Amino acid sequence: MFRYRDLTIRQKQIVWAWIFLAVPVLFYSVIRFYPTGNAVLISFQEWNLLGTRTWTGLDNYVKLWNDPVFWKVFVNTFLYLLIGTPVSLLISFVIAYHLDKLRFGHSFIRMLYFLPFMTSAVAMAWVWRWFYQGVPIGLFNNFLASIGIAQVEFLNSTTNALPAVLAPAIWAGLGFQIIIFMAGLRSIPQSYYEAARIDGVSWWTVLSEITLPLLRPTIVFIVVFSSIGFLRIFDHVFNMTTNNPGGPLNSTKPLVLMIYDTAFNSFDMGYAAAQTVVLFTILLIVSLIQLWLLRADR
Amino acid sequence: MSATEIRPTTAGVLDTKAAPKPRNMGQIIRWLLLFAGGIVMVMPIAYMISTSLKWPWEVYNVNLIPEEPTVENYLYVLEDGRFYWWFLNSIIIATATTISALFFDSLVGYTLCKFKFPGRTLVFIAILSTLMIPTEMLVIPWYLMSQSFGWLDSYWGIMFPGLMTAFGVFLMKQFFESVPDDFLEAARIDGLNEFQIWWTVAMPLVRPALAALAIFVFLGNWTAFLWPLIVTNSTDMYTLPVGLAGFGDEADVAWELIMTGAAISTIPTLVVFLVFQRFIIRGVVMAGLKG
Repeated sequence: MFRYRDLTIRQKQIVWAWIFLAVPVLFYSVIRFYPTGNAVLISFQEWNLLGTRTWTGLDNYVKLWNDPVFWKVFVNTFLYLLIGTPVSLLISFVIAYHLDKLRFGHSFIRMLYFLPFMTSAVAMAWVWRWFYQGVPIGLFNNFLASIGIAQVEFLNSTTNALPAVLAPAIWAGLGFQIIIFMAGLRSIPQSYYEAARIDGVSWWTVLSEITLPLLRPTIVFIVVFSSIGFLRIFDHVFNMTTNNPGGPLNSTKPLVLMIYDTAFNSFDMGYAAAQTVVLFTILLIVSLIQLWLLRADR
Repeated sequence: MSATEIRPTTAGVLDTKAAPKPRNMGQIIRWLLLFAGGIVMVMPIAYMISTSLKWPWEVYNVNLIPEEPTVENYLYVLEDGRFYWWFLNSIIIATATTISALFFDSLVGYTLCKFKFPGRTLVFIAILSTLMIPTEMLVIPWYLMSQSFGWLDSYWGIMFPGLMTAFGVFLMKQFFESVPDDFLEAARIDGLNEFQIWWTVAMPLVRPALAALAIFVFLGNWTAFLWPLIVTNSTDMYTLPVGLAGFGDEADVAWELIMTGAAISTIPTLVVFLVFQRFIIRGVVMAGLKG
């Protein structure tokens, strides 16, 4: 007969460990792993949610490859990444660098920069959308008009809309990146700077030879974190271009919005699932590049 | 670092004596520039709040301080009734998921950190690997699952994906490393069972990590948009972001009312931040660097 008190301490530990893990293991299996496999499975099927599922092999992927909208979306998604990541990295580094050198009123200013991180993307998308309206509604155009500059079409222009949607996304993430950069700057031993000062090295040499190389793990972390964020951009696009989601003419449409449209407006589940597999692959590659970069560091 | 240029000059040493004055000037200029940048950063938030306090006739003026501040917009929006529900839904959902995530993430983190048992590494790697799976890939199967179990348009349906987080497990495991095994052993000798040891001995020692995790999970669920948008159908079940998105899209809604709605969904997290500022920034650093 099994009796708990007859077990050794080690056996008791095993029993307790699995008692503690039972619900979580079930959760991760049913809510994370099963759906992942299911998404891959559905991507090989044709299914409109009502009819029957039919196995179509790689058809969805072939369709995706031949879909001009997908390539437009693919380019957009990488535009968000390729503009968003360097711009936010540069701004947040410059601010963190100077904030780190500031000897007074430091936490107040840090608070100003961090506040946008605590906002909800949907709420702020609407605020920015309002800013972008034409005269006499939008703040930006009202301001331009008051100093006599011609109006700018922000959200209605196929060329300006993408940067206009990206701006609030960059804005909201800056605070986080600044805080991480400052923590990275703090972790550089002060003795290096003292040595450089005694040697009379210029600030530029200090920055490029001491600060930036030692910040490398921080930079890699921020680049990957923000890259993944920009590749998954959705809330801002959805809310700033709602009358024509991803518009005008798909010029702002990112991959996640295409997935949402395909799955929940067209109910083409198989096709949408194939798009999610592509998204997953892109994110995986970005993460692997990060691991590789960090390893090269050591 | 290998290429560090070392230029031995006496100029630097002499500089240090003459430095204080220009450096103070430099400090003031630096402060002013950073302050100006900080003001630009909070402008959208300031305009949102200011516009929510303006009468319609004043909305399109660029002035930041309303000439005649009014809470009329808030009264109107609350009287409409929907925001009241959305706010309540958001509070309930964000609170419940935070409690669940704190409980399970720390329990799993503790088990993986302090117990020796077969399968430990496997479980840890399996949980960690889910960090690689984007939510967007899971929403379609989650939707199908919710449909077959009747979870659509319910609190449970909105909450279930977020009840545990792999990030939290990882974070808590790191922090339980700092709890000495001797403490747990002493409690074991005192006759506490393993659950009591975790709850009464280990948990109080990792409070700062729990607080950091709580802030992240709460903020994440408060602002979550994609999944609540998919899983809810009826207006009464919307969370604030979903409700606000639909509210803004209604053709006849004026901008000052949209700004009021935006303010209602932003002010709570801003207040939390202003109250726990230092604490939250420390939490961000902790989570960012360990996670």
